[in-house]
Amino acid sequence: MNHGIFEKNSLILLIGILIVVSIGGIVQIAPLFMLSSTIEKVEGMRPYSPLEQAGRDIYVREGCYNCHSQMIRSLRDEVERYGHYSLAAESMYDHPFQWSSKRTGPDLARIGGKYSDAWHTDHMRYPKSVVPASIMPAYPHLEKTALDYANIQDKLKTLQLVGVPYTDEMIAKAAADVEAQIAPDTDAAKELVARYPKAQVRKFDGQSPGEGVKPTELDALVAYLQMLGTLVDFTKFDASGPNLR
Amino acid sequence: MAGHKHIDEVTGVETTGHVWDNDLRELNKPLPRWWLYVFYACCVWAFGYWMVYPAWPTLSGYTQGYLGYSQRAQVMSDVKEAKAAQDTYRQAIANAAITDVKGKEDLFQFALAGGAAAFGDNCSGCHGRGAQGAVGYPNLNDDDWIWGGSLEQIEKSIAYGIRNGHEQAHATPMPRFGLDGILEPAVISDVANYVRSISGTEQVDTAAAERGKATFAEQCAACHGEDAKGNEEMGAPNLSDAIWLYGSSQEAVTQSIVTGRGGAMPAWSTRLDPVTVKMLALYVHSLGGGK
Repeated sequence: MNHGIFEKNSLILLIGILIVVSIGGIVQIAPLFMLSSTIEKVEGMRPYSPLEQAGRDIYVREGCYNCHSQMIRSLRDEVERYGHYSLAAESMYDHPFQWSSKRTGPDLARIGGKYSDAWHTDHMRYPKSVVPASIMPAYPHLEKTALDYANIQDKLKTLQLVGVPYTDEMIAKAAADVEAQIAPDTDAAKELVARYPKAQVRKFDGQSPGEGVKPTELDALVAYLQMLGTLVDFTKFDASGPNLR
Repeated sequence: MAGHKHIDEVTGVETTGHVWDNDLRELNKPLPRWWLYVFYACCVWAFGYWMVYPAWPTLSGYTQGYLGYSQRAQVMSDVKEAKAAQDTYRQAIANAAITDVKGKEDLFQFALAGGAAAFGDNCSGCHGRGAQGAVGYPNLNDDDWIWGGSLEQIEKSIAYGIRNGHEQAHATPMPRFGLDGILEPAVISDVANYVRSISGTEQVDTAAAERGKATFAEQCAACHGEDAKGNEEMGAPNLSDAIWLYGSSQEAVTQSIVTGRGGAMPAWSTRLDPVTVKMLALYVHSLGGGK
């Protein structure tokens, strides 16, 4: 075979390598952006509320993904322990997604509603108080740290840029919505739920809600954990429907 | 190199044409036969695999393969198969009243095993692997029941939970006597002393307890009872025994009166099927304290 020309000219070799590698990319990656079956359409998915998004950022900051996955695989033991297998659509507003691949701790894709807020508060303060064999580190600083949401509007704007369907109204009200989600029975909270269906409104860290009460980092994190996996109603989900593998 | 045909004199094998120091050459030995055949076999295997399993993306979907394999269909049939294997028992449990299941030994044993498995997955986070509980999460091994310890009551508590917003959940709250300013801090301290004195807790300020007695009768007895034995209808714990959900110290009891506590539990009927809830109830009931 006449490969002398590649061996003697590094530039031609480089171009040859690029062509070969891009064939792999075109075949494996490119179709995923074109196919409607990549992310199936399901009812219920919505962008994260500003408080949930802030909680997600804390989840990423603290490196929770190092020990917890958010991906229930389509295997019987996983489905029976954690619930319905994860759908691509359930992480379509995640940038970046938190699928992870390591499970030192349990999968969290459907942790929402599985434990009470008090449990999460106790557990973050000192995990061994509720799970004696736990090796999870404690995060007692979260409930003592006020949530910094000065830049929440910019965060939502950035997410809008990469394709998360935040409306201009959602962005304009972002900071107000952070406060509304910990203030039950207020008009602002009703507006929040109208903008973000199924959003849970309460003071998540066990402290009393009230006028002027500011959210803590724990509020944001628990708000995020308590909504994980709760948006899609699987009693109405048809796994054999069109566009579904 | 193209067109090159230099043969090594010693071995009679063709060389690659590379020359170092004018006389160092490299033999161009063919790949081992076995390796080459395995490689060809892999190519053939790949073609077969593409035919049989989903493989290539197309413009509007992907090639399905002759077997029509789908991992999602596979897991659904796996789950269904496992359920079908248990179906005789599950159906029988579903159809029987929960109190009758206990009388049928084979059904009861099945329910205990199923309940224990579900408990480990779902309940042990709060109530502990051995159902021993933790501060704020009741011990399920004893016979002290906040919302009732009969099979039906336990089943209802598991299915609908406590203070979670579900419309059938146990929902009665305890007033936040301190936070809402119903009682003065000094009075709360007196009542806490009195409450602790009922069950003979040590280190009680007896003078304060005496002062708190009247307030207890006014504010607490409606739910907890005049004899402080509690009321399962309202989830008001028995205060006359030595079992303390949030601790028996003066600080812990004061905190309970100030904040009203209000522990919550999920409505498991929203996550688990009715038979699993029933089996859980039978399991929890069997732990030692069932009534």
